[in-house]
Amino acid sequence: MDNETPLIDIRNLVKHFGSVIALSGVSLTVRRGEVMCLLGDNGAGKSTLIKTLAGVHRPTSGEFFVEGQSVAFASPRDALDAGIATVYQDLAMIPLMSVTRNFFMGREPVKGIWPFRNVDFAHCDEVTREEMHRIGIDVRDPHQAVGTLSGGERQCVAIARAVYFGAKVLILDEPTSALGVAQTSMVLKYIHQVRQKGLGVIFITHNVRHAYAVGDRFTVLNRGKTLGTYAKLEIQIEELQNLMAGGKELQAVSEELGGMV
Amino acid sequence: MVNTTQPTADLSPAPVVEKIQDERLREVSLLTKIMRRPELGALAGLVLVTIFFLSTADASMFTLAGIMNILSPAAQLGVLAIAAALLMIGGEFDLSIGSMVAFTGLVFGAFITISGWPLLLAIAGTFVVAAVLGGLNGQMVIRTRLPSFIVTLAFLFILRGLSLVGLKWATGGSTQMRGIGDQAGESLVRELFSGVAFEGVFSWLAAHDVIAKFPNGTPTVTGMPVSIVWFILFALVATWLLLRTRAGNWIFAAGGDANAARNSGVPVDRVKTGLFMLTACAAALVAILTVLDAGSTDARRGFQKEFEAIIAAVIGGCLLTGGYGSAIGAFFGAIIFGMVSIGLTYTRFDSDWFQVFLGAMLLLAVLFNNFIRRKVTGER
Repeated sequence: MDNETPLIDIRNLVKHFGSVIALSGVSLTVRRGEVMCLLGDNGAGKSTLIKTLAGVHRPTSGEFFVEGQSVAFASPRDALDAGIATVYQDLAMIPLMSVTRNFFMGREPVKGIWPFRNVDFAHCDEVTREEMHRIGIDVRDPHQAVGTLSGGERQCVAIARAVYFGAKVLILDEPTSALGVAQTSMVLKYIHQVRQKGLGVIFITHNVRHAYAVGDRFTVLNRGKTLGTYAKLEIQIEELQNLMAGGKELQAVSEELGGMV
Repeated sequence: MVNTTQPTADLSPAPVVEKIQDERLREVSLLTKIMRRPELGALAGLVLVTIFFLSTADASMFTLAGIMNILSPAAQLGVLAIAAALLMIGGEFDLSIGSMVAFTGLVFGAFITISGWPLLLAIAGTFVVAAVLGGLNGQMVIRTRLPSFIVTLAFLFILRGLSLVGLKWATGGSTQMRGIGDQAGESLVRELFSGVAFEGVFSWLAAHDVIAKFPNGTPTVTGMPVSIVWFILFALVATWLLLRTRAGNWIFAAGGDANAARNSGVPVDRVKTGLFMLTACAAALVAILTVLDAGSTDARRGFQKEFEAIIAAVIGGCLLTGGYGSAIGAFFGAIIFGMVSIGLTYTRFDSDWFQVFLGAMLLLAVLFNNFIRRKVTGER
């Protein structure tokens, strides 16, 4: 396949909820092996946009191409089948279930013939252990409950799951917003690994510094519109910050943020 | 699978990975592994209760006949408790199971005595009615998004009332329907649902002096009541379903976090509806077993069984919030129940202590379960 065709290409996407205009013409592309950061303040339309990409909402108008093919998703399942996997901030894992059971949830490999068909848990454990080791998570035992993992580890497991099941595009919904410094760098490092595998990543965040650390390009959303897309070379972190806040003077705040990672 | 490009240089070669992992596996202590089992509390409780009765009760309690006495009520409750446990793990309650026993008992009796259906057809028909009612319960909970507690509480009264009204209508004013046992006749199907099983084994054991027998050679216990066989089978199948199958993983997921499960492609609504249907069918099974045993049915059948079933499930390690628990735990929970309710009559204690004991056991189990959950998930 032509490597220049964007994995995701949306043009003038519009979404209305009754009289509310959530998105009024958003355009965005995501290519292979790049991290596209989607920045925007609260109410900018980030959630609506990713839910549209993930097949939860159907766009009111606009064009949506996946690898050059026009698509219209009817459900999240369709988006998954097209290789678009969304990792939600806190809705990804079930704390009481084991890492293995979470990893294969909804896609358990089965063996045997009905009615004796059962899940091949030995295989599942092996795969989980291998994948966890690959991303550098110290899972002593794949049977341990996900609740015992840290927030960063949970995000990484969720991402690893999406990658393992063949995602081409990963949509990460604020994966670092609830995490501490060490865990944030763990997740950012893993996002970098995923990019090197040739996947496209849409990284949604409030935090310009997190975005700047891994992003290749930045799209800023404001009030349902794209303010623009910038490559990393074209823009400084301070400019991004100002853009995100809708051009307001944020000097004082950005100074305050200067100390943060 | 996307494993074509190796992401980082720090990847160790595969054999080393295996070695490291093996070492780590051994680090998980046996204690941690045991603590992770939800049925631990129920098993410990069963041991404690057994020790208590071994030291206080008459020795006849632990003869073969005594054990069958304990297991018979445990079996009837256990079938309900195991289904209730699966449903609780799936994140829902069914308070209507006790009334469902009465109602399906009436339906079964009516199929036999009024419609004059053969036994097999009547049994199949009863299960269909139960499945439809269970499905209705489930769909109401899912569509209204009301707590299942409220929806099934309504059904508790509706079905109990319908059983009363229906019985009076079917019998011309009585709340008891007789003659079901006679009408059902003797057949192979009947053997599966009433009487005792393994008679051959028991007489063989008696002949070889392994178990007690009368002077004429027949064993004092002629066989195992079929309800106990159903109970054990159901516990085994439910445990296998929960731990080894895809549906089992979906049950845990649906109860653990329905939203996360849905996002991962688990058909949560179908799983929950199926569980409600299963619970109703378990109630129908208990109704068929008890009605065939007694030969009649009445409106008080299954009275308060919903609470006892939930208590047994909680003693068995199920969390009230769903997503955690076990079927084999409910199995032990039901045996504890049977042992205490029957066992007290073998001691010099007043058997009315039963309810006190039950409440205390429930409280202990809930506290213990919460402690274990925090341990397992590292919460707070």
